[in-house]
Amino acid sequence: MNIPENLKYTKDHEWCLIEDDVVTIGVTDFAQSELGDIVFVEVETEGEELDREEVFGSVEAVKTVSDLFMPVAGEVIQFNEELESNPELVNSDPYGEGWMIKVKVSDKDGLDDLLSSADYKELIGK
Amino acid sequence: MKETALSAVHTELGAKMVPFAGYNMPVSYAGLKHEHEVVRTKVGVFDVSHMGEFFVKGEHAEALLQKVTSNDVSKLVPGKAQYSYLPNDTGGVVDDLIIYKIADDNFLLVVNASNIEKDWNWISSKNDVGAEMVDESDDWSLLAIQGPKASEAMQSLTSVDLKTIKFYTFEINEFAGVNDVIISATGYTGSGGFEIYVKNKDVKKVWEKVLEAGADFGIEPIGLGARDTLRLEMGFCLYGNDIDETTSPLEAGLGWITKFTKDFTNSEALKAEKEAGIKNKLVGFELIDKGIPRQGYPIQNAEGEEIGRVTSGTMSPSLNKAIGMGYVPIDVAKETGEIYIGVRKKSLKAQIVKPPFYKG
Repeated sequence: MNIPENLKYTKDHEWCLIEDDVVTIGVTDFAQSELGDIVFVEVETEGEELDREEVFGSVEAVKTVSDLFMPVAGEVIQFNEELESNPELVNSDPYGEGWMIKVKVSDKDGLDDLLSSADYKELIGK
Repeated sequence: MKETALSAVHTELGAKMVPFAGYNMPVSYAGLKHEHEVVRTKVGVFDVSHMGEFFVKGEHAEALLQKVTSNDVSKLVPGKAQYSYLPNDTGGVVDDLIIYKIADDNFLLVVNASNIEKDWNWISSKNDVGAEMVDESDDWSLLAIQGPKASEAMQSLTSVDLKTIKFYTFEINEFAGVNDVIISATGYTGSGGFEIYVKNKDVKKVWEKVLEAGADFGIEPIGLGARDTLRLEMGFCLYGNDIDETTSPLEAGLGWITKFTKDFTNSEALKAEKEAGIKNKLVGFELIDKGIPRQGYPIQNAEGEEIGRVTSGTMSPSLNKAIGMGYVPIDVAKETGEIYIGVRKKSLKAQIVKPPFYKG
């Protein structure tokens, strides 16, 4: 199971790449493998200011739908539109081309609550 | 949780295992979409040993089956199988099943895993004719070998000429070195193939030989996830989703296996329902707007009023379209067929279409 050390994680199986006050967010390798073939990623919150834990979109596998939660509070400044036509990128490259949104963080203190790679690894029992 | 005789084999193959109907079952191996494609284009093997097997025997066997099932068992000859259902007393369905006529005084009933105990009690309660009943669910394994290459891929395992076994007929013969295997030209995928009934003690060997014989044809093990998308693309009903104790079999489109030429459980009421005209109909639909329908989502009219519920829904791997089934009022089913599906906060446009969604 791939859990890059340069990223932060949530208990909802999302990863965060923190670059100053912009955070790139996606779902983890573990999440994509549990979900199975992803067929639809829906994000209609671009431009919106959302709180931490609020739903920013949903990801649908053939059999299931899961909500996507904001790991940090902030404005959704970009959605990876490539996922509209190629949602399977979330399966094939969850930490790269399968990224989902970029968020401009409103409160940087919230970043401290995110899990480290080691913590996340422990959470999923790998 | 119960295991099939092959649960350990699936785990070893790297399958993702899930509890299903009380059994530890493989939901996928290499990935649902890939497995779906393998069955549509080549051949795949499913372990569906969770299904239940009852034998109904003796000179009164047929009388009991005529009474508890909707289809006409008297039309069967040895070597023929029949799709049927068990009506309840209140206008719904206890279960759907396949009946195999092995001999004039010996029938095999194959029922859904989640209903084994319920069906057994139900049929037993109606058995006042003295038929002999045996529940052999825990003794039998069932492998579904499905796909356009199924006959060709399995031919080396048996002396029976597989391509001559007609749909819904079966042979009891040697297969993969095991005697008395039921080789049935049935399935739940719409891609052709066989269902192979063997005793638990032999199934590991048969499973291995099936994979070996099919290797040149691209055979792969297939999980329950793809089984569901394959059946839904064909518009086949799944008990617990599309039919249950509360749904009318006539509204579900099971009129073709409801034979009023004989008396059976609740037949008077079903006949009256048919004569009065059904109120709703189980229809298939494709989403026009982007989204995926799921079981339980509301079906709405253009005014946003709820007119029914989605009973099954998925993204169709073969068509790359979102498809589903659900009950709508009969006038809606007959008219233009434009409906809306309440997908979480939104109302998405859908078009009623006649299944099968996948036409080969």
